[in-house]
Amino acid sequence: MKIADYSISDADRIGSLAAGTVLVAYGLSRRSAGGVWLAAAAAPFVYRGIVGDWPRPNGMGVRGDTRTALAGGRGVHVRESIRLEMPIDEVYRFWRRLENLPRFMSHLASVTDLGNGRSHWVARGPANLKVEWDAEIINDVANKVIGWRSLPGSDIVTAGSVTFSNARSAQSTQVSVNLQYEPPAGRAGSFVAIVAGREPSQTIREDLRRVKQVLEAGEVPRATPQATAERAS
Amino acid sequence: MRAVCYHGKEDIRVDDVPDPEILNPRDAIVRITATAICGSDLHIYGGYIPTMQSGDVLGHEFMGEVVEVGKDNHKLKVGDRVVVPFTIACGHCFFCKEQMWSLCDNSNPNAWMAEKLYGYSASGLFGYSHMYGGYPGGQAEFVRVPFADVGPLKVPVSLSDEQVLFLSDIFPTGYMAAENCQIKPGDTVAVWGCGPVGQFAIQSAWMLGAERVVAIDRFPERLALARNNGRAEVLNYADVDVSDALREMTGGQGPDACIDAVGLESHGTTLDAWYDRAKTTMYLATDRPHALREAISCCRKGGVVSIPGVYGGWLDKFPLGAAFAKGLTLKMGQTHMHKYMPILLDRIERGDIDPSFIVTHRVTLEDAPRMYQTFREKRDACVKVVMRPS
Repeated sequence: MKIADYSISDADRIGSLAAGTVLVAYGLSRRSAGGVWLAAAAAPFVYRGIVGDWPRPNGMGVRGDTRTALAGGRGVHVRESIRLEMPIDEVYRFWRRLENLPRFMSHLASVTDLGNGRSHWVARGPANLKVEWDAEIINDVANKVIGWRSLPGSDIVTAGSVTFSNARSAQSTQVSVNLQYEPPAGRAGSFVAIVAGREPSQTIREDLRRVKQVLEAGEVPRATPQATAERAS
Repeated sequence: MRAVCYHGKEDIRVDDVPDPEILNPRDAIVRITATAICGSDLHIYGGYIPTMQSGDVLGHEFMGEVVEVGKDNHKLKVGDRVVVPFTIACGHCFFCKEQMWSLCDNSNPNAWMAEKLYGYSASGLFGYSHMYGGYPGGQAEFVRVPFADVGPLKVPVSLSDEQVLFLSDIFPTGYMAAENCQIKPGDTVAVWGCGPVGQFAIQSAWMLGAERVVAIDRFPERLALARNNGRAEVLNYADVDVSDALREMTGGQGPDACIDAVGLESHGTTLDAWYDRAKTTMYLATDRPHALREAISCCRKGGVVSIPGVYGGWLDKFPLGAAFAKGLTLKMGQTHMHKYMPILLDRIERGDIDPSFIVTHRVTLEDAPRMYQTFREKRDACVKVVMRPS
């Protein structure tokens, strides 16, 4: 996080933090849509109190280049892994067929293979915003790794890899996802997402749980909705 | 259809709810012919189980007739008579393959809730809160059974509903409790709690070769059942000091294995809404794990303490020092139902046991609210309630 350049006074910072924290806490305590919006609106004050500046997108002017936008500590970095009772080649093949990804990645609407290692991705962001990007596979070793990055001109700057390795004397397969992205609203966007309850590593974790369910059990478990709708998830 | 629904603490109602439908390819729909109230349902009735919601259908001990199957379910067909295990298991994950069915990785849609509380999630359960999957239970006219190609056990028409119904939970639960005792010839097994699970633990301890079985409770009708049907030596803890009595009965050595079939109100939280309940658990914990503490204290050196009773939260004053000093083995957990059901059906067919001895009350589904109360207050010598849709 870049801090020093636009430092504000300590008093200003403490005031921002205090006001922001109170509003976020109050908003979340309401447990209502309005409360979440209030918390989201107040979140930049907390950010300003901690960081000393209003949140603003990273890498302005160089958007689109993954090496610049995601260099060093920039962007959001997520690592998650899961183990499956499946042969490594089956898991790799399932994942390499990119059209399969929306079956377990809940935020993806579609992935279209454009050929030549290129693909078009459509995701649903917060507040049902549509986010689209083109990506290219930059590394593909069968049963070992698939690496990709977004192409310039995308709504989102992202790069990542999924590695496949044998576990438990090759009876199991371990899948590790390493994902970096610069969300459309910069780091503050993911901060708001965290405040609103959609923390990126939890999203990836649920995605990995679903790929395991699809491959091992053949289906994603579902409970019949009961008289009262699910509130918790 | 009619279904027994939770509406809050001590508020159980029989409601009209939509009939269940097939949701997934491996599902089946079962028309319930018999269902029972479990002791653990009383934890829900008492309002102790977090993530229960008003309108949730209760019940995890049930059996019936298959009326519909999903397209990928090739094991069941319409008309099959089945008993359904209370734990839901996919049959293909590491835990299912290793026979640890109640720890299935893939059957809890709300696994994240249990992970926050326990680090990892066990299997989904029927009718037992949203933290365990939010699956509607079987105290109803119909139930949807997920992964029905691995769970339900077909039962022969030669056996009555009451003879096989308890394969759904309490018989396997009592049996696994006894198996966890690693009984060797000559062993004495002491059982705390003579409710249904305790009664089946007593029976199972004999089946697995115990030389003596001692049963501990304070309700005369339950002690009588343990003595007369279970052939156990009985101790009423209201009248005698259990520790002294067990010491004397075993020549100062202590029982080789101790079973805690009492348990504690299931509890816990990390989400802040549950935090106050956790504090309540702490308060109860100073009182309720008495049976477990006593079992650990009474067990002989190098013995086994087996815990089929349900625990959910954090225990206060847990005597780990005594367990360590005496080199005890502690075994616990939800029952690996799918492993035990076929073995125990075989026992029933051979005539080793007739589980219907446990039934004291036979009623219709509509009587559920009254029977929850009767069972909780142990009025009318109530030990086990079986309900049938009318």
